[in-house]
Amino acid sequence: MSPTVFFVAIISAMLINNVVLLRFLGVCPFLGVSKRSETALGMGGAVTFVMVVGSVLTYLIYYYVLEPFDITYISTIAFILVIASLVQLVEMFIKKVSKKLYKALGIYLPLIVTNCAILGVAETNVREGYAEEFGIMSGLGVAAASAFGAALGFTLVIFAFSSIRERLDAAEVPNAWKGIPISLIVAGIMALAFLGLEGIV
Amino acid sequence: MAQQASAKKKRKKDLQALAVFTRGIIKENSLFVLLLGMCPALAVTSSLETGLGMGLLVIFVLTLSNIVVSLIRKVIPDEIRIPAYIVVIATFVTIVGLLTEAFAPALHESLGIFIPLIVVNCLIMERANNFASKNNVLMSAIDGIGVALGFMLALMLIGGTREFLATGAIAYGIYLPLPFEGSIINAGLTLFQMEVFIGPAGGFIVIGFWLAVFKAIELYNKRKKKEARDRWIEKKKKEAAERKRRKAMESAGGSA
Repeated sequence: MSPTVFFVAIISAMLINNVVLLRFLGVCPFLGVSKRSETALGMGGAVTFVMVVGSVLTYLIYYYVLEPFDITYISTIAFILVIASLVQLVEMFIKKVSKKLYKALGIYLPLIVTNCAILGVAETNVREGYAEEFGIMSGLGVAAASAFGAALGFTLVIFAFSSIRERLDAAEVPNAWKGIPISLIVAGIMALAFLGLEGIV
Repeated sequence: MAQQASAKKKRKKDLQALAVFTRGIIKENSLFVLLLGMCPALAVTSSLETGLGMGLLVIFVLTLSNIVVSLIRKVIPDEIRIPAYIVVIATFVTIVGLLTEAFAPALHESLGIFIPLIVVNCLIMERANNFASKNNVLMSAIDGIGVALGFMLALMLIGGTREFLATGAIAYGIYLPLPFEGSIINAGLTLFQMEVFIGPAGGFIVIGFWLAVFKAIELYNKRKKKEARDRWIEKKKKEAAERKRRKAMESAGGSA
């Protein structure tokens, strides 16, 4: 297996199948915490971390616990519990290790549990059948790479969007369109731009 | 006397139940007013029918999860309530997923990953945390149906708009297991298909458009109300001035 597989997985998850704009995962934080670019970057960092670790853990649980016992139909319950407890654990760990990092990421961590991008990417990794295609261990690498790519895509888009919104605040917009409506139109135009990247891999 | 009082009480309760039911549909519409549940609203509304299907699933999950959360609200310690709610919701979502796969496979196919993702729909969590954990079973059930119905209507509005703009018609019977199928409104509009609306960009733009429309209506109503109030204040002021003048005249007349 060549390293290009990982590279392709990252690029494809980041740009071609962007989580927010083309797969509609994680739209709530995308609209909620994108008023300022600083908070957007903080959210992006927290999501990247939880998404990669969460994807690896759920992947392992799916193939080493759920599948041997033939109980894959409870994967949703298992995954959301893993993610919720992981977030709790990460929060406690960061609080102990680095006060500075906790201050930067702490407030975003509870929000991540209900971020559908995390659960969505974990589910997609299993549904895409990387394990069947590359074998369980190599498939884990591909799953982690695509989770990392998806998180990078999320960070990229939320950062770009927050920068646009900062400028939008100063623009003269009709009263009814102020706030979320005009932001959604902006997101729509961004999605159009991302559509143009289709087919580069 | 006591009977009358109890009847009155009952009527008041009925009224309250009705208020709880309708509140979720229009005044506190989860999608257009509270902006909850954005992800499914964008992802599964490429047609009216998928929106309707998703709405039906949400009605099922939200009502049942509200009932169960309300039943166990006194047993759960406050610190671990969120994980407990998540497990309850995830259980019902799993049930719904299996049922859909069995009875409406086309819908299951088209909703895809968004069926398990009902678990993290902020709307359901919000209702469990803010309403069902504080109210009795009946009220929670009514609230669940009302809020989910509002969500379903919003999804159908968005889905219908997108489907109509993209294909010039509204098809039925494709995703849901209806005994009939076909499509309505097919009068030459198919010539003006704008396929972009079925794609991701169209989702964002249509929701943005409807949000702006509802905001405009709200602003209009507010302005009307303010104008009416201003007129009323003006009228009262005039009346008071009139009274004062009359009084002054009277007292002047009396002294003369």
